[in-house]
Amino acid sequence: MKVDQVLDAKGLACPMPIVKTKKAMNNLEAGQILEVQTTDKGAKSDLTAWTKSTGHTMLDSKEEDSVYTFYIQKG
Amino acid sequence: MTVKLISTQEIAKKVLNHEDVFILDVRNTDAFDEWKMEGRNVKVMNAPFSKLTEEDALLDKLPKDKEIYTICAKGNSSKRAAEYLEEKGFKYVYSVEGGMKAWSEYLEPIKVGDLIGGGSIYQFVRLGKGCLSYLIESEGNGAVIDTNRMLETYEQFAEEHGIRITHLLDTHLHADHISGGRALAEKLGGTYYLPPNDAEDLNFDYSPIQDGDIIYVGSSMIKAVYSPGHTIGSTSFIIDDQYLLTGDILFIDSIGRPDLAGKAGDWVGDLRETLYERYKELKGELLVLPAHFMGINEMKDNGSISEKLNVLYKQNHGLNIHEEEEFRKTVSENLPPQPNSYEEIRQINMGKLMTDLEQQREMETGPNRCAVR
Repeated sequence: MKVDQVLDAKGLACPMPIVKTKKAMNNLEAGQILEVQTTDKGAKSDLTAWTKSTGHTMLDSKEEDSVYTFYIQKG
Repeated sequence: MTVKLISTQEIAKKVLNHEDVFILDVRNTDAFDEWKMEGRNVKVMNAPFSKLTEEDALLDKLPKDKEIYTICAKGNSSKRAAEYLEEKGFKYVYSVEGGMKAWSEYLEPIKVGDLIGGGSIYQFVRLGKGCLSYLIESEGNGAVIDTNRMLETYEQFAEEHGIRITHLLDTHLHADHISGGRALAEKLGGTYYLPPNDAEDLNFDYSPIQDGDIIYVGSSMIKAVYSPGHTIGSTSFIIDDQYLLTGDILFIDSIGRPDLAGKAGDWVGDLRETLYERYKELKGELLVLPAHFMGINEMKDNGSISEKLNVLYKQNHGLNIHEEEEFRKTVSENLPPQPNSYEEIRQINMGKLMTDLEQQREMETGPNRCAVR
């Protein structure tokens, strides 16, 4: 997967991961992919719901050593 | 700018007094749809934080001249939301401390009534999750039934009322919440009782309680009545011939579901027999005190949840399904989703799974979902 931008939101509490994701997405073109790294557990359901409601696509996500990584493609 | 905060205890008082309360829930809509705050006069509006700050039209839907309580999952986003609303000119905004997680843990003790034997019975209402537990007090001795995980509330109450808690009973092996019975028994040097049919896989020592057993608490009496169906061990407790603690077998507006241990088919017959035969032989005047409530409409003016057995036989749909086949279908088909982490919660209650507090809080989020209507 070709990631166009990486957002480090580690250590940030809700709602900052989603606020920062939103800002980062604004600077991307449709079809480009953003990688979001967060340590906030709640981010998983929040980001999933948010991508769904905004027309973006959650391509993949993973958890490694308490870091959650999400790959979101701009819609 | 400092955001004004409100504790779950203060919000709970308002809900129990049936005050008008406006809640702005800023969690994502999926989470909101699954589980939210409820109250007779509680209005809840959902606006995910990211939408709130973008769609000005949402602000027009908020009351300008009365209190707005913002809530989220853990209490961070709600603070941000409150800050944002203050910037937008809203004056009476409060963020609920600890969010839905804290709301799920709040317990309010409410006196249900006196006991013939000279004591009292209290219902501990877990507003956020719909769990009900009970404390029976007589001559300074106490028993707690279906104890929740938040032991401090019971301990503090006992201390304030000069009660020595000696008996901890569970009506069955719970699947929707973590039992505090064993932990409180260990802490206070009391005895933990569980029906033996639910205790086969238990990983610790307990005292079995079975049909016909009697436990004395001061001058009051707890009598066990075997009433299987939600689980194979489910046992009800009759207190001083006045109160019937039904556990998860019979609720005010619904009945227990037989499937949470994966044995719906096997247990439907037991459930039917309990509800349509065993309970029918009991005195209709008994006040039914269940282990859950499902909706805020079940709540009485004083915040407690109860109804006489003979009234339930007239009003509760689940007690009025005359055809056995229809009953079987009702309780085993089209069931609501199972409670969050119900399998892990059962393992914890059996002493087989060790978890820390944060994991336990996480597992218990969400509604209880132990009933079928």
